[in-house]
Amino acid sequence: MTNMLQETPITKEIIQAHGMTQEEYERVCQILGRTPNLTELGIYSVMWSEHCSYKNSKPVLKLFPTEGKNLLVKAGEENAGCVDIGDGLAIVFKIESHNHPSAVEPFQGAATGVGGIIRDIFTMGARPILSMNSLRFGSLDQSQTKHYLRGVVGGIAHYGNCIGIPTIGGEIYFDDYYEGNPLVNAFCLGLIRHDELTKGKASGVGNSVYYVGATTGRDGLGGASFASKELSEASHEDRPAVQVGDPFMEKLLLEACLELVKTDAIVGMQDMGAAGLTCSTCETAARGSVGVEIDLVKVPRRETGMVPYEIMLSESQERMLVIVKKGKEEIVEHLFEKWDLHAKKIGEVKDGQQMRVLDNGKVVADIPAKSLTDEAPLYQRDSSRPVYLDEAQKLDLQSIPEPKDHNEVLLKLLDSPSIASKRWIYEQYDHMVRTDTIFLPGHDAALARIKDTKKGIAISTDCNALYGYLDPYEGGKIAVAEAARNVAASGARPLAITNCLNFGNPMKPEIFWQFRESVKGMSEACRAFNTPVTGGNVSFYNESPKGAIYPTPTVGMVGVIDDVDKRVPSFFQKAGDLIYLLGETKEELGGTQYLLTVHGKRKGLTPRLDLNRETALVKLMIAMAEKRAVQSCHDISDGGFAVAIAECLFGKRHHPLGAEIKNLDWAKGLRSDSALFGESQSRAIVSIALNQKEDFESLARSFKVPFTQIGRVTEKELLIGDWIRLPSAKLETVYEQAIPRRMSK
Amino acid sequence: MKACVVVFPGSNCDHDCWHVMHDVMRLPVEYVWHKQNALPKVDLVILPGGFSYGDYLRTGAIARFSPIMQDVVRHANSGRAVIGICNGFQILLESGLLPGAMLRNDSLRFICKHIYLKAVNRSSIFTKNIAANQVLNIPIAHGEGNYFCDADTLKCLEQEDRIAFQYVSESGQVNMDANPNGSAANIAGILNEKKNVLGMMPHPERASEAILNSKDGRVIWESLAAALN
Repeated sequence: MTNMLQETPITKEIIQAHGMTQEEYERVCQILGRTPNLTELGIYSVMWSEHCSYKNSKPVLKLFPTEGKNLLVKAGEENAGCVDIGDGLAIVFKIESHNHPSAVEPFQGAATGVGGIIRDIFTMGARPILSMNSLRFGSLDQSQTKHYLRGVVGGIAHYGNCIGIPTIGGEIYFDDYYEGNPLVNAFCLGLIRHDELTKGKASGVGNSVYYVGATTGRDGLGGASFASKELSEASHEDRPAVQVGDPFMEKLLLEACLELVKTDAIVGMQDMGAAGLTCSTCETAARGSVGVEIDLVKVPRRETGMVPYEIMLSESQERMLVIVKKGKEEIVEHLFEKWDLHAKKIGEVKDGQQMRVLDNGKVVADIPAKSLTDEAPLYQRDSSRPVYLDEAQKLDLQSIPEPKDHNEVLLKLLDSPSIASKRWIYEQYDHMVRTDTIFLPGHDAALARIKDTKKGIAISTDCNALYGYLDPYEGGKIAVAEAARNVAASGARPLAITNCLNFGNPMKPEIFWQFRESVKGMSEACRAFNTPVTGGNVSFYNESPKGAIYPTPTVGMVGVIDDVDKRVPSFFQKAGDLIYLLGETKEELGGTQYLLTVHGKRKGLTPRLDLNRETALVKLMIAMAEKRAVQSCHDISDGGFAVAIAECLFGKRHHPLGAEIKNLDWAKGLRSDSALFGESQSRAIVSIALNQKEDFESLARSFKVPFTQIGRVTEKELLIGDWIRLPSAKLETVYEQAIPRRMSK
Repeated sequence: MKACVVVFPGSNCDHDCWHVMHDVMRLPVEYVWHKQNALPKVDLVILPGGFSYGDYLRTGAIARFSPIMQDVVRHANSGRAVIGICNGFQILLESGLLPGAMLRNDSLRFICKHIYLKAVNRSSIFTKNIAANQVLNIPIAHGEGNYFCDADTLKCLEQEDRIAFQYVSESGQVNMDANPNGSAANIAGILNEKKNVLGMMPHPERASEAILNSKDGRVIWESLAAALN
């Protein structure tokens, strides 16, 4: 783009090219009382994009419960939510998508997704202590998927490993519905002392506005707008809209910013993420109800000839805006000099409420800051129940023969990349740096200790999107419930959630219906567990030429355990222990991995979730840990009972335990495949030492959770009634080799 | 024993090393910023893991030019103890305190996992307390840990008993299956001639507490504490 364009009159084509409707443009003219220039139009277009404004989703997001007594920062107030965990400490966490950039350039797309979410955490003054991720790809038998997987995992590893924040867990599914539109959702959690909480807010007329961190280039120009449209064959031409990450730079920025919050030199700090300098400037001004004036001539750049439009819209990574107290500028400049980083004063906090942008003294944009944030347009989109649902929910079990060889089915499920060991992935992530990782990846929840306390933080990211496809409401409920169950299985108390809502094009009524139903289901479950939503991100337009993805509302549930020594592992601990099944098993085969993997069907009603039963189970799990009444606890989810039991054996690589399940009373009257591979909710497998029997059973009784003693832990073989008899070593090999064997082809 | 941890831009195991000294071993320890010209008076210098300068040129290649490195070299040449872990090992190679170089892992992927080690040299200040045939379970986390040196150097390392650690199987066998990254002779750590400088790829600071799934790394700190007190 050249300077000529600055003078370009705004035509219909230009408005359209910015993804704006005619009505939105007219509203801009009304707000300004004149026509905008190109720079201003660009600023409005990114700030009013779905990615920044949530214009299509906000009315629905209001359904989420967002209140809770532990919340220090609530959803939407700042860059991430903040929850008190006692001892003067709090956690700051959020999950965010980087789907579209990853589809175009998997390595950098995923890497900068990690970089962006980490900045959201330390911009609030918190030290990021762990990362997680939730990924979706097409079938792993496709070569394109392998390319995506290699790139995305490599990118996450590149950024996370270098910056030194452990990637301690996550989840991943492979399904044709994500072909060409992978999902990359990155989660980060930070730890902070209450008094170091930093707001993304400008205040104090005369205070200085500083630009710190990396230089500004043309990379990522208009990334927020790019994320707000469907992917097409032409998307690869958007490659310049994908940013390039520099984790080393961010490491320096992270350390410098955390040193900065310990001084008394600043009043606010805001990272430059989507919509870069534009977003950080108008958000700090709007939150503080003040004016902010900056001069672009002072912005450090890495390219020559950049015009204001480009500087304002650039999404170059690893940059922050800092509001510095008048007279304390030297402290800030010294500190950044120590870290060899730019810290340039680019403007000042002003009276009024305008965001004024100058270019060497000449005004190039003059906009009421709140018109970009609080006053962005809102739309009530049409919604209608998708036509496919009636057919998809029909499932005639008569037409599905019960398996003749259950061993073969179990092995097939363990070989399914969605279920199989994710070792190939997590071994590429440094999951131990910071020496807080207590549970190595593979457990139901990730668990990290907090040094100098007895506390631990447990996190689980979950979403069974096939459920969401078959019943968005129930799918949303189950995503929250499964995450709560996983966190509680480790012994932690679920506290709050963040979520990443991945859907197709919201302008399509059927997609919008999926979105609304999912949010309703999630909200109901959040209320039941008393886990408010502290923030997150909406990612629409996840459609490739083949169609929309499954509705995928990913949940990141965070919990706390007061004494990490009371943690409960997911794996059996020793031969001789007794095995129990918690919960009730029903004839529920709809939406199971069994139907998908063995019969190729995405059919039926998903398992039904009873929130009363689920909350009872969650409370029991927490109590079991507190009273040290069990040896292990593993929730039953994808692949059902048989897969869950097999997973319990894999605590130590190359040394799997065995199990002998002789009591099958709980499966009476059920089809054998329902019993073994059905995915009835609110169930778990528990192992106990012989001397824990009385305590455990009386606890289960007091929480009114059905329990059955079904067998015992053995050494070398998995035996389930007359159905399953397999050497544990064989199970482990299949489970471990599923992904490496496909990736090496 | 008093230790210091050198902090380079991009170090990310500095806190972990400090923690293991201060909270696990209960020994005095302080951080030293790489721009400082002189080390404080310490018995042990720890060069921690991480990605100094992003490892953008070659691992450890820029860090060796940090001002503090001159004094680290002096400290080493005077016979006092230096341990370089992971990126710290790479910096020791680049600065010439140890021979050889690192190549990318033969899988071409970053690898983070627990592996097994045995101490070949069991007489150095770092390895004195390790029993014969003791197998240590300690994690690695690196993309470039494939140790390489020419045949003469390797021979010299062997003859002078300067191979500190080798990757082994769970039962202590040196074989290719136990080698996670393609290192020459399964080398995981080496010593300098005077045996006061150790470079190792595995992270003993990540395996010094039971809660972290292994405390096998602790024996290295205990050896040092016993030798340097």
